[in-house]
This record gives sequence, structure tokens and C-alpha cells, in this order.
Amino acid sequence: MRFEILMYILAMAVVTFVTRFASIGLLRDVPAGLGRFLKHVPTAILTALIAPALFAPKGYIALTFSNHYLLAGIVTALVAYNRQPPIVTMGAGMTMILVLRMM
Amino acid sequence: MQKKDFRKGVSDTIPLIVGMIPFGLAYGILGKSVGLTSGETIAMSILVFAGSAQFICLPMLMEGASLAMVSFTTLLINLRHLLMGASLAPYMSGLSMPFKALLSCGMTDETYAVTIQRAQAGCYTGAYQLGSNVICYLLWVMSTIGGVILGDYISDPLSWGLDFAMPATFLALLIPRLRDKASVIVCLVATLVSVGAVILIPGKWYIIIACLAAAMAGGLMGGKQDAI
Repeated sequence: MRFEILMYILAMAVVTFVTRFASIGLLRDVPAGLGRFLKHVPTAILTALIAPALFAPKGYIALTFSNHYLLAGIVTALVAYNRQPPIVTMGAGMTMILVLRMM
Repeated sequence: MQKKDFRKGVSDTIPLIVGMIPFGLAYGILGKSVGLTSGETIAMSILVFAGSAQFICLPMLMEGASLAMVSFTTLLINLRHLLMGASLAPYMSGLSMPFKALLSCGMTDETYAVTIQRAQAGCYTGAYQLGSNVICYLLWVMSTIGGVILGDYISDPLSWGLDFAMPATFLALLIPRLRDKASVIVCLVATLVSVGAVILIPGKWYIIIACLAAAMAGGLMGGKQDAI
């Protein structure tokens, strides 16, 4: 273990902890106005994390049949929409992407 | 009761973190391939425990980026934790400060998604969140170790299409949330803004920008709003 690398790792660990703990440690009562906004954070964050990976996997918008991520994403979303358990949804999505890759 | 909640947290989380394994493996392989030792690669997973930040900082480390640069990039990628933490904070207000700090360490996209779902259903406990965190942490560290060991034998597993595991996991969590008009609008705004921002703005700003814009749109919608 190189000392210099360890310093980088520790810096990343500290920064990451601060971002994780800041809100949880400091916020006590959340005002109602803020609460209405925070209520939507889960949906917003889940979408923001995956939308670019589906619609623009290579850094530009690709609404085509050659965009396997989008096709597999649509199949996954349809399965989830039909109220399947998460493991079935994910299995369907992974099967779809592997099939598309092999074609 | 506490033990039961802990176990429930573990069992609710397992199906959702299976998709994390290829990323842990890929991270372990990448760490070795950019020139970190096995110990350094694994230490980063143990101490940082933040997949996307680890992936992005690995090449930066090897290109000789400054400590400040790496720290700032980590901060930027992890800004979303501020919002995630804020949305969990009201449920955690009864816990002691050290326990809050411990639970903070384990807040990832996956454990957050599982825990907030439980909390919004009215069943939050610290033990549940701890169970979710512990299993996620163990799996991340173990899959990193797996990647470090396998690195000599296999190439990047994400290139086989396993990188779709993450979108598939989050779709499984996201779609059931879209039950009311406000949530659908939040999802649409987040889609448009994140895709737009990822193209127009360099770096990882798109996550936090899209999240803020979409949550604000949802907050302004009004309608049937219970507290949080």
C-alpha cells in the first residue's frame, strides 16, 4: 500500500462521508414546504441515474433500434409495470440485453 | 423485533443488489488494470464504499490528478447524497447521533431506495436500514475482492451487457412508484433534464441538476400531499 494512494483514498472516504452525513446529521424537523419537495426525491434520483444510460448510452441521444439499452429498458419497464417482483423484472431485462448482444 | 427488522432489511435488499455484483467485479478488475495493488483496490471499496465515485476516480488517480481534483470530483458525484439524506432525515430523527453517523456510512443508491420505500410505507426502523446497509457493504467488498482475483483471468464483465444490471435494478424500483400524476411528471422532468444535461454539461452535474429540477416540479404540483 503506497502512502500517497492511501491519502487519496482517505480524502475520497472523508468527502463521501460528509455528503452522506450532512443532511442526516443536521436536519431535524423538515418544514412542510421542503417536505413536499423531498417526497419526490426518490423518484427523481432513480430516474436521473438511469435515463441517460437508456436514452444516450454513448453520450448522444439514440432513439433507434440499435440502442440495445433503450430496447431492453422498455422491456424491463413493461415487466415492472405488470407488477412483477423486482427479481423477475431484472431477470427479464438482463435476458433481453444478452439476447440483443448475441444477435 | 430489532433482529426481525434487521433481517427484513437484509432480505428486501438482496434481490436489488444482485445487479451490483458485476460492478464490484468490474471495479476490482479495473483497479488492477490501472495499476493499483490488490490491497489498494480493496481498501478503496472498504473505506469509500461509493461505486460511481470509485470508478471515476480510478483513472484520475493514475493520470496523476491532484488530491484537490479527486476530492472535488468525489464531492460532485456524491452531491446527490445530500438530497437523499434530507429525504430520509425526518424518519431518522429519533435515533442517536452516533447511530445516525453509522447509518450514513452505508447510504448508497440501492440501500437508500430500499429504505425510503420502507419509510414511506410507514415502517422505518434503524435496524431495518442497518440490515440493508450491512448486506450491501459486504457484497460490494466481496465482489471487489472477486474482481481483483478474477482480474487475471477475465476481461471486463460490463462489456458483455452486464452494465445493464444497474438500469434494470433501478427500473424495478422506479416503475412501481409511478402511481400518481405528480410522480409521472417528476419522472418525465428528470428524464428530460438528465438527458439534456448529460449532453450539454461536461462532468457529472446532470444527476444533481435533474434531481433538483424534477423534485421541485413535483413539489409545485401540489395535489394530494401527505407530509413527506
